[in-house]
Amino acid sequence: MTAADTLPDTRGETLRTDLSLIREWIPQGARVLDLGCGEGQLLQNLRDTRNVQGYGLEIDQDNIAGCIRRGVNVIEQDIDEGLGNIADKRFDYVLMTQALQAVQRPDLVLAEMLRVGREAIVTFPNFGHWRVRGYLFFKGRMPVSRRLPYQWYDTPNIHLCTVNDFDAHCRQRGYRILDRLVLNNDHASGIGTRLWPNVFGEIAIYRVAC
Amino acid sequence: MPDTPAHDTPAHDSVGLVKPSVMHFDQPLELECRRVLPAYDLIYETYGTLNTDATNAVLICHALSGHHHAAGYHSEEDRRPGWWDGCIGPGKPIDTNRFFVVSLNNLGGCHGSTGPASINPETGQPWGPDFPMVTVKDWVNSQARLADRLGIQKWAAVIGGSLGGMQALQWSIDYPERIAHAAVIASASKLSAQNIAFNEVARQSILTDPNFHGGHYYLHDTYPRQGLILARMVGHITYLSDDAMRAKFGRDLRSGRFHFGFDVEFQVESYLRHQGETFSRNFDANTYLLMTKALDYFDPARDFDHSLERALAQATCPFLVVSFTSDWRFAPERSEEIVNALVAVGRDVSYAEVDTDKGHDAFLLDIPEYTRLFGAWMHRIASDLEARHDRR
Repeated sequence: MTAADTLPDTRGETLRTDLSLIREWIPQGARVLDLGCGEGQLLQNLRDTRNVQGYGLEIDQDNIAGCIRRGVNVIEQDIDEGLGNIADKRFDYVLMTQALQAVQRPDLVLAEMLRVGREAIVTFPNFGHWRVRGYLFFKGRMPVSRRLPYQWYDTPNIHLCTVNDFDAHCRQRGYRILDRLVLNNDHASGIGTRLWPNVFGEIAIYRVAC
Repeated sequence: MPDTPAHDTPAHDSVGLVKPSVMHFDQPLELECRRVLPAYDLIYETYGTLNTDATNAVLICHALSGHHHAAGYHSEEDRRPGWWDGCIGPGKPIDTNRFFVVSLNNLGGCHGSTGPASINPETGQPWGPDFPMVTVKDWVNSQARLADRLGIQKWAAVIGGSLGGMQALQWSIDYPERIAHAAVIASASKLSAQNIAFNEVARQSILTDPNFHGGHYYLHDTYPRQGLILARMVGHITYLSDDAMRAKFGRDLRSGRFHFGFDVEFQVESYLRHQGETFSRNFDANTYLLMTKALDYFDPARDFDHSLERALAQATCPFLVVSFTSDWRFAPERSEEIVNALVAVGRDVSYAEVDTDKGHDAFLLDIPEYTRLFGAWMHRIASDLEARHDRR
């Protein structure tokens, strides 16, 4: 999974804002599966601060080596091929940060997450953000930004969606949204993101169950 | 750098000249086949230094045709180092500056440990076919006794590829308190029917060789050369991938034209015969039979109602499992079965499927991606050990 936000943070061990927000939702000793876990920063942090038993799935060799270096369990497995090797409700939480938009079938992956986990936590860039809308509206071209730095032809982000899209999908499938956080470009939430999340939110974080 | 010829100075990343040792055991060893080996020798080599609290020891388990000489050279004249020299040495993935490495020849072997060519004290003749059938479980028990004698209560890691990986798995199940990590490389929790079938072809070629003499060929001053050659040729084909063979030999002819006969014409024929002949000169046929049976019998889940999950629930150590994309003798799916069972029972495990065209042989080769992640895993073990040591 290669989206802008899954690039490893090599500067230090401080977690990205979205990751530290996710951490707050994970109780002590939980069993966690992280899809597209990168170099395992979140799992390492959860292990050290929450005594979490976790596994990450990755396909990128550099990331796999990074996880091993951190002593984080990592399994080479392509999320697009499903999670058929994992039993129902094997995990308490199944996470996927900034990778939903890069998988072949986000709906199937989400269903698999909720099959193997009691709850799923996903984050994705909100394509309904005003800047994205403005870019398309005024320039008439596919939006390119700091968070979505690719051109239309080479982007790994093949299934972008908006906060409203995701809400509608959960409603349609009967998934319960237990928590939703929407962050603006400063990785904070404010009046704008609370009142008009689909306009002012740049990153959406959901906690979902079925 | 001093201007000296390369062959006079051992490479900086080699363990250099090494000498095997032999440990004699008088305590009878009860075997899985219900027979008892009254006494036996194990030949082994060590590289690196055991630390004061004996926590940095690593056991290397060899595969079908392997032995105790895993790294370094036996003499200045040796052209080739030990069989896993690419992985064992100063600064290499199994870093001898940090680990004390133990590598032995398993029971039933033909490189110095007690085996079919050894003298049976009851008859004064070589054991030959009467040597008891030894299994992976028996090997692990004998290795545990070697550890006792070397003063090693707990291995920092038990590591093996192929049949060696099976020993690492068995260690984790039988002696969970004596193993801190297990590396299971290009291995399986049991052989498939196809895999047993290849072993059977190899065995039949030996058993039907007129020079086999029911396994008593030592007494006739001969050996089943042709049978061993055939066995190795079949085996060797299965250790390579179609792509690797195509890349290495293609349809190249030795003389550039067809001779319309059955002599060696294609390069691949020449290569296989050469491999077979070299092997037949250096390997005992009875040992080959025993080792292939040990492979076939291995199935730790059998003791646990055929549940691999229940078998691996005995294990407590973190695992590294590695497979290779083009390995069809021990396919990635077999490794994934181990990984899935470990995840199901909540054991720590990391798994990588290394992309290579080198087939099963890949586990012995220096493939950058493999070397890097195996090195990272070993480095992590060493760092944790050293940190714990410093705190004390």
